[in-house]
Amino acid sequence: MALAVSCKNVEKQYTKGKEVVPVLTGISLDIEEGDFLALMGPSGSGKTTLLNLIGGLDQPTGGEIEVSGQSLSGMKAKALAKWRSENVGFIFQFYNLLPVLSAQRNVELPLLLTKLSRKQRQKNAGTALEIVGLGDRGKHKPNELSGGQQQRVAIARALVADPNLLVCDEPTGDLDRETADEILGLLQTLNKDHGKTIIMVTHDPRAADHARRTLHMDKGKLATEVSA
Amino acid sequence: MSIVSLMWANLFRKPTRTSLTLASVTVAFLLFMLLRSISAAFDSGIAVTATDRLMVMPKYSQVDSLPFAQKQQILRIEGVDGIAHTSWFGGTYQDPKNFFAKYPVDPLSYFDVYSELDLEPADALERFTRERTAAVVDVGLMQDYGWEIGDVIPIQGTIYAKTDGSRLWEFEIVGQFTEKGESSSFPLFLFHYEYFKEAASFGGDAVGNWIIRPSSAERADAIAQEIDALFENSADPTKTASEEEYNRQFARQLGDMGFITTMIMSAVFFTIVLLTGNTMTQALRERIPELAVLKTLGFQDGTVSLMVLGEAILLCLVGGVLGVALAFLIGPGLVTALEGIFGSFEVNLTTALEALVLSVLIGTVIGIIPAVSAQRLAIVDALRK
Repeated sequence: MALAVSCKNVEKQYTKGKEVVPVLTGISLDIEEGDFLALMGPSGSGKTTLLNLIGGLDQPTGGEIEVSGQSLSGMKAKALAKWRSENVGFIFQFYNLLPVLSAQRNVELPLLLTKLSRKQRQKNAGTALEIVGLGDRGKHKPNELSGGQQQRVAIARALVADPNLLVCDEPTGDLDRETADEILGLLQTLNKDHGKTIIMVTHDPRAADHARRTLHMDKGKLATEVSA
Repeated sequence: MSIVSLMWANLFRKPTRTSLTLASVTVAFLLFMLLRSISAAFDSGIAVTATDRLMVMPKYSQVDSLPFAQKQQILRIEGVDGIAHTSWFGGTYQDPKNFFAKYPVDPLSYFDVYSELDLEPADALERFTRERTAAVVDVGLMQDYGWEIGDVIPIQGTIYAKTDGSRLWEFEIVGQFTEKGESSSFPLFLFHYEYFKEAASFGGDAVGNWIIRPSSAERADAIAQEIDALFENSADPTKTASEEEYNRQFARQLGDMGFITTMIMSAVFFTIVLLTGNTMTQALRERIPELAVLKTLGFQDGTVSLMVLGEAILLCLVGGVLGVALAFLIGPGLVTALEGIFGSFEVNLTTALEALVLSVLIGTVIGIIPAVSAQRLAIVDALRK
């Protein structure tokens, strides 16, 4: 199977004044298309940083990252933004929906960057909401929805432009167990039935159990791998 | 949904705060519209003058007067086609707030020099010339005070008392005048100079200004120089200027309205920039994670920056439009209240256009710093906030 993500000797350092703080050291990792990978590790282990690099939100200080065969290294901010809009869906712990927009409009947001007509955008947003089981909640504002429903809207927003890769940062971190299981079940469905490649950062071993495989990180390095 | 509707939705995330800000911007632009209109109305007295007519005034102060004897000397200057005179009478009609100019004039020479004025009824000039206590009044002023021909108008002299010590001057209106083709002229109350000369306890042998009608516009400058040269070394030196320039100088004595309104508006808009700028900066601070999400989804730095700038411009533009609309709404009411003072108070489209352009400029000034901050926002840092 083709590689969805390939990281070669990826390094990331931050500079605080004169001090250089290494966050990721020599990360090499391959993720196949259709994989569902959980990244676990203690706080500060670098898992979110790695997720941000793979999602094109940040640039590594060393090494090479390729997503679907395209190298992200050296891409300018403008090109990287366009690439993200076409290739990656993002799901955050706190949903990060725009409170002033309805669920339908939140989902429609990424489509403003496409050349689709208004009607087509609305239709696609409606379909994405149907997929996550919220077809009847399009007109509700985020504050009128439960946490689980808001995360479903966020997932619909991540799906609407039909990217191959979904990156999820603690997607169930703010949810109760039952709702978390529903969201994880939804992610599994997207992985199995829609072929989406999913990378999920989590602290929760039960959440990680829903992934096909789990990688542990510690102090900026990959530690062990567990397959489901 | 479009980018503009997204900007609009963002503006109203805190409806109370945005409504209050909008209200202050609206009031600022309403003030702008009204003050600009008042300033324009103040200048309108200057604008409705013949450019070739000359005004001869005392060289050093408008409070001084000029001797009547100068008339014949001026008439001897080549190119002087007509001469009239006016004097500032002051005086109060019923209440000091009932302000309008009252001039003692020589009827025949005044309406000869101001030939653009139409006097009615047909015998008005003849009666005005013949009857010593007669007065003629601008039509607009007649309407403002509900006067009719035949009414006797009492004026309380504030500068001039009569020789008998009384300050009550009574005039019978024998005619009304308009500018040709207009519904009125300038709010003027003209009465007979001979009555003033005979009855006033002082000042009857002098005039405030001479008004000269040159035989041609080309001669106007030369005549002005010759008049001033003629009286240069006399006890009553003169300063001669076009009527337009005279009115401008007269208006400046009451206060430079343009300067005053500019200063007031500068203070108002400075406050608006600070207040609205503070609101926009605060709103931006609250939305940093949301802007980061937009960038995460693929919105370019420039697009996000323009959205933030656009919100500030949209806010000011909507405030500007509301202020302009309000000015047009209450303008007609003010026209009635102020035209007695300013002559032609009017809220017009040019001022409205100025207000709208200004609203965009102020929006740009307010939005530029938040827009630059939004442009520089690093996604990874912003998502942590």
